[in-house]
Order: sequence, then structure tokens, then C-alpha cells
Amino acid sequence: MKENENLKMDDNYYKCLRRLQEIDFVLLDLSIYLDTHPFDQQAVAQLNQYSQERQILYKEYEKCYGPLYEFGRSFSKYPWEWPKTPWPWQV
Amino acid sequence: MWIYEKKLQYPVRVSKCDPRMAKYLLEAYGGADGELAAALRYLNQRYSIPDKVIGLLTDIGTEEFAHLEMIATMFYKLTKDCTPQQLEAAGLGSHYVAHDRAIFYKDASGNPFTATYIQAKGDPIADLYEDIAAEEKARATYQWLIDLTDDVDLQDSLKFLREREVIHSQRFREAVEILKFESDRKQVF
Repeated sequence: MKENENLKMDDNYYKCLRRLQEIDFVLLDLSIYLDTHPFDQQAVAQLNQYSQERQILYKEYEKCYGPLYEFGRSFSKYPWEWPKTPWPWQV
Repeated sequence: MWIYEKKLQYPVRVSKCDPRMAKYLLEAYGGADGELAAALRYLNQRYSIPDKVIGLLTDIGTEEFAHLEMIATMFYKLTKDCTPQQLEAAGLGSHYVAHDRAIFYKDASGNPFTATYIQAKGDPIADLYEDIAAEEKARATYQWLIDLTDDVDLQDSLKFLREREVIHSQRFREAVEILKFESDRKQVF
């Protein structure tokens, strides 16, 4: 039942995860800023640029550490990987 | 539609087993000014608010669920290695009887979550003022939680959440100005 808790994640895992969290924070905060500043052209350009960078980071992460999204938004190896990689509170 | 992302918004680390802080953190989970109340309030208000503000409520409401998951993670990590005796000594004896170490939607005093914490008035200004107040109350709650612990790892995550409340409050204030500007403009001609 708690098998995932015994998974030891390596240092690189935490580094990759941290990079994702950083870029996602930029994107989230920019989005919420744009919700009340829709005419800030520079902010829109910045969001699009970081959004592109994020796609690369996500692919790299998922190649090493498995799917981040449900419902087919991520690829899976065989057998079904979704329940096998650790949940956020387990790392 | 929502898609789950298998990661936390911001890292949660704790330095020790600490059921005392776990108990207090319930205030931010299922309390009146907690993350569940925030998420449910904003996402529910969307259907009657002017189009210009729906995006903001959707995005902030979604972020609140990420915060809810961070609080749950704190609770989980702070209690997973506790003995029943440690839980009881920290005031979580009745929690243990009802839930073992499972987290539940209630406040730090044990009151179960209730929808009476939130409102959707159908009046955009009334709703947004409630949202601003909610963010300020949540910010204060995080400050009091930070004051109650010397765990620097836990403080780090709580400080992140405190800062997010500041940003949300700011954005809701801007939304009020946007709506006021709109209604003034309509009265001009």
C-alpha cells in the first residue's frame, strides 16, 4: 500500500523537479498578472517564451521520471506507469 | 475540466515529526480562511461574475487547490512517523480516534468544514470584496503559523503561501478597479 514511499529518488530528480517548479511558477504568476493586465505586450511575449522553454523541460523530466499528467497528456511505458512513480507528498 | 499534475507547486520539506504544527495547519486546510474555502469560493463565483474577471477567478481558484495539496503534504509529513501517544499529547487524540493519521476537512479546533464559510452574492463588487478579505485573512493565518514554529523548512513553504495570498489580494483589488472603470464608462454616454 505504501510501496512508493520506499522509492529513493536521486539528487538529479530533485534538481529536475525544482527547475519545473521554477518555470511553472513564472508561468502561473505571469498568467494571473495578465488576467488583470491583458494589454501588457511584453508580459504576453514573456509568457509565450517561457511556455516554449517549459515544453522542453517537461519532456526531459518525463523521459527520466515518468508521466506528470493523467488522461493521455503524458506517454507511458509498459506496464502502466501512472501509479508507480511517487506522488508529490511521498518525495 | 481539470488535469492533475503529479508535482507540488512548491517544495514541502519538514525537519521533524511535529503533530502540534500539523494540528494548527488544519486551519489553513479546512478552516474558514483555509485553502478549501478559497478554491470553492472562487470557482463557484465564476458563473455570475462579468467576463473580464472569470479568467482571474479560474486561475486563482485552481492555484488554491495546489495550495491545498501543499498543506495536506505538510500534515502528512509531520504526522506519518508519530505514535498515537505523540498525537494525543499534541491535542490530536480525538483526531486519531476518528481518522488515524488521515487528514480531514476541519479547522485547528476540530470544527468540520462548512459551506457557510463562503458566499456567492451574485453582485460582482460584493463577491470581489469578500475575496480580498479572504486573501488577507489567509495571509494573516500563514503569518501566525510561521510564528508558531522554529522549523525553517516548514517556514519556507509557509512563507511561499503567505506571499501568494499577497499577490492574490492585489489581483482581486485590480479586478475591482477594472469593474469600477467599466461601470463608470457605461454611465458617460
